[in-house]
Amino acid sequence: MNLTVLAVDDSRTMRDMIRLALVQAGFTVHVAEDGINGLEVLEGLEPDAIITDINMPRMDGFGFIDAVRAQDDHRATPILVLTTESAPELKMRARNAGATGWIVKPFDPIKLVKALQMVAG
Amino acid sequence: MSDPMDPMAEIRASFFIECEELLEALQDGLNQLEDGGEDTETINVVFRAVHSIKGGAGAFGLEALVRFAHRYETVLDEVRSNRLVPDHEALKLFFQAADHLSDLVRACRDDQPLPEETSAALLDELDKLLGDQTEEEVQPQDFTPLGVSLDLPGLSDLDDAADGSDPIPCWTIHFKPAFELYETGNEPQMLLRNLCALGEAEVSCDIGELPGLLDLKPETPHLAWTIRLTADVDEAEIRAVFEFVEGLCRLDITRDADPAAAPEAAAPAPMPDAAAEPGDPRPATPSPAPEAAPKAGSAGNSSKSVVRVDLERIERLVNLVGELVINQAMLSQSLESAGLSPHSDAMNGLEEFQRLTRDIQDSVMMIRAQPVKSLFQRMSRIVREASAAVGKEVRLITDGENTEVDKTVIERLADPLTHMIRNAVDHGLETAEARKASGKTEEGHVRLTAAHRSGRVVIEVADDGGGIDRQKVLETAVRKGLVPSDAVLSDTEIDNLLFLPGFSTAGKVSNLSGRGVGMDVVKTAIQQLGGRISIASERHRGTTFTISLPLTLAVLDGMVVDVAGETLVLPLNVVVETLSLSSEDVQMLRPGANVVRVRGGFVPIYDLGAMLGYRPVRTDFTGCIVLLISLDDGHRAALVIDGIQDQRQVVIKGLDDSFYRAPGIAAATILGDGQIALILDPADIIAGNGPIRVPDRSLKEKRADHG
Amino acid sequence: MAEQASTNDLELLTFRVADQEYSLDIMSVREIRGWTRTTPMPHAPSYMRGVINLRGTVLPVMDLAARLNLPSQETGDRNVIIVVHLNGVLTGLLVDAVSDIVAMTVDDLQPPPDMASEPSMAVVRALTVIDDRMIRVLDLTAVVPNRADDAA
Repeated sequence: MNLTVLAVDDSRTMRDMIRLALVQAGFTVHVAEDGINGLEVLEGLEPDAIITDINMPRMDGFGFIDAVRAQDDHRATPILVLTTESAPELKMRARNAGATGWIVKPFDPIKLVKALQMVAG
Repeated sequence: MSDPMDPMAEIRASFFIECEELLEALQDGLNQLEDGGEDTETINVVFRAVHSIKGGAGAFGLEALVRFAHRYETVLDEVRSNRLVPDHEALKLFFQAADHLSDLVRACRDDQPLPEETSAALLDELDKLLGDQTEEEVQPQDFTPLGVSLDLPGLSDLDDAADGSDPIPCWTIHFKPAFELYETGNEPQMLLRNLCALGEAEVSCDIGELPGLLDLKPETPHLAWTIRLTADVDEAEIRAVFEFVEGLCRLDITRDADPAAAPEAAAPAPMPDAAAEPGDPRPATPSPAPEAAPKAGSAGNSSKSVVRVDLERIERLVNLVGELVINQAMLSQSLESAGLSPHSDAMNGLEEFQRLTRDIQDSVMMIRAQPVKSLFQRMSRIVREASAAVGKEVRLITDGENTEVDKTVIERLADPLTHMIRNAVDHGLETAEARKASGKTEEGHVRLTAAHRSGRVVIEVADDGGGIDRQKVLETAVRKGLVPSDAVLSDTEIDNLLFLPGFSTAGKVSNLSGRGVGMDVVKTAIQQLGGRISIASERHRGTTFTISLPLTLAVLDGMVVDVAGETLVLPLNVVVETLSLSSEDVQMLRPGANVVRVRGGFVPIYDLGAMLGYRPVRTDFTGCIVLLISLDDGHRAALVIDGIQDQRQVVIKGLDDSFYRAPGIAAATILGDGQIALILDPADIIAGNGPIRVPDRSLKEKRADHG
Repeated sequence: MAEQASTNDLELLTFRVADQEYSLDIMSVREIRGWTRTTPMPHAPSYMRGVINLRGTVLPVMDLAARLNLPSQETGDRNVIIVVHLNGVLTGLLVDAVSDIVAMTVDDLQPPPDMASEPSMAVVRALTVIDDRMIRVLDLTAVVPNRADDAA
């Protein structure tokens, strides 16, 4: 299934890895390097899902999710949060901000693809 | 080494490049913290740098790196959340940890053995900062790095329907989404579909709670589902489907009575994490992101579009452009010798070609230009280590970090600069007591600056220490037989004795800069870069070393001259003027040493052809052409040559000095006819010949001192 | 015995220097090129002939006769330069003429007799006989000095 995914992460390595994992699974991937850039890239894009990091310059993941959810077009777009900690607090915080689910870094590409398919189709 | 076709290897390589950038940001941030930059974004940047290194390291299974970065990050997080206010010592530790992190990154990158002992020691120190908080929310062992393999199997395991011959368990699942489930972008339909993918499912929708159309509030969930699932899965697998909506729905999973199964399985499974009335639409605890609200401009994350290019490709391009320049020179030479009119189309075209070639060359050189920042950051580490080793408090002040220099120059500057910085800390600066006694701050200062100045890069290393003790220097030089005991030298000449091979002023050899490397090695290294080094020192005020370097190692504006049938190139920037000698211009100072009168002054004259061993010494200089050159120490010299060909830009070719390095020769170039011409280093030639002393004012002063 | 593993096979490039026959393992030879004028290096050891342009890089050229303490010959168009590589460094060796490439096995080589008084023998690592002519096999590492030797 060809999903279109927007991945937002300030680490180039992470972006590269997400892109590689998803392209290999046949997805279309757009990337952005922080929340602000993410919103810019999101404009005119209708991704099936969004992946975002939390710790980012300029606008962090929480702020980004807030801003995405505030847009009518993306109120229901699945958003997965990338987090290095499996700490429940962070998951709860992400969810309270409107995140659909989470992926623990370092991610397993198979799980990443699976998680996206679970939430987006 | 790495397979270019392997995307993981490529990402790994790019990860290490990113690490360098992150380490640089980390250094910057720590410097700002040290300077009292209390702004929250700074600590965020520092935290994020470490965090991102950890994240990437985890992906590649670099456990040691992850472990260290994790603890470091934990401490930084304490600072970030204002639970820890770093004092001077803590900042020092942060710098050390940053240095160590960079060591770990490099060790991982180069597959070198990891400095485990330092890791352990620093981890202990970091733990001490955390105090009793080892019970903090993130347990280090919680974080298990996971190597990533990107061989995606066909994802077939996603819909593996069980069809074994064992009795397939039957599950009843009650699922009632809460309001927040929709709010977080989760979709019951997706969940149901994922559930159905586990096996055979029978889904019924419970619309019992659905109000009449008039009372129907959009976005208020009323629907509930009951699913009967026949699948060879355990409860955990079913729960996994609902992982993201845990606590956002009511979920009851029961295993149907089955002779093989335990009867108590019917008990409602506990719902971890979702103790309080899961069905209730709880008001979401507001959690605005406080720490990194959009802060335009402050983050310094200029989204300039950047292309990463393999250095090898650039080298190739640089070489090709070099060939182009040589070829262009050959072409113009042959066109000229063909006797074409300067106004002919061919000659006009050639001129345009020349201009384009030069533009291309300049542009290519700019690709290799890099700010000296990374180099300066390495030096701040050297200062930290060196000052700790000799027990001095030293502050490094840098300026001009964004000055751009050819990458190769930067790389080859690291060693000499390291040595100079160590020298400044070790020998240049006094001890804290001595500083206090002379009314200075106890903390010594070393200033490292870079700037562009008239087509060259000038790098200065200045300390505010005691200055050069010239008497001691002279005594040492005499004792070591470097100068005759009756030598009368100017201050500048004495300072320059430091550059003589085998000179060392330190009374005792410290384990820091006394590593058998003297300033002579520094000087040689700088000269090999086409650079010059000079000293200025004032007693009790400090010493400044000034390095002047060409912007690039690839080209040189040269004067092409003839000497004894050989073609030689001199750097144009040392040439002050050219003179044609008449018989009375040259005066003998003593046998073998002559001077030429230039506008009332006397300038020593050097016969290049003889100095290079191309021919015997001349006795009559009548009719000779001399180049008046200016040396770094302020002296002038006149070089005798046979003729000037022209001034042109030449491509510098390194000389392989693995078995012979000619004194006075900096490099070589290839001329238009394919022949090699040597590029001279005038200062080196004269130094090698033993400078000729000419009476000047400073000498008289000296005499007065001694008289 | 002569039919050993192929690792024992070697090929020698034989050439003439000051009317003597020498040879080098072909594996260390990069190319052979005609004589071109060298640019002399100031104050270089007598065996350093100078440098030439080898397709854009600067190649140091050594006068092999001078290096072996043989009488130096007049240099002209008939001379050739053998470009050898040793530890990643290219060096040109000026010789009179290249003669042949001969295949043999290591068993055909004999150690040179111990004649310490003969300085040029120190660079000869073995002797062999081809068509009744004695061929000296040069030890390239001894011929091309490294900088440490030079400084000593």
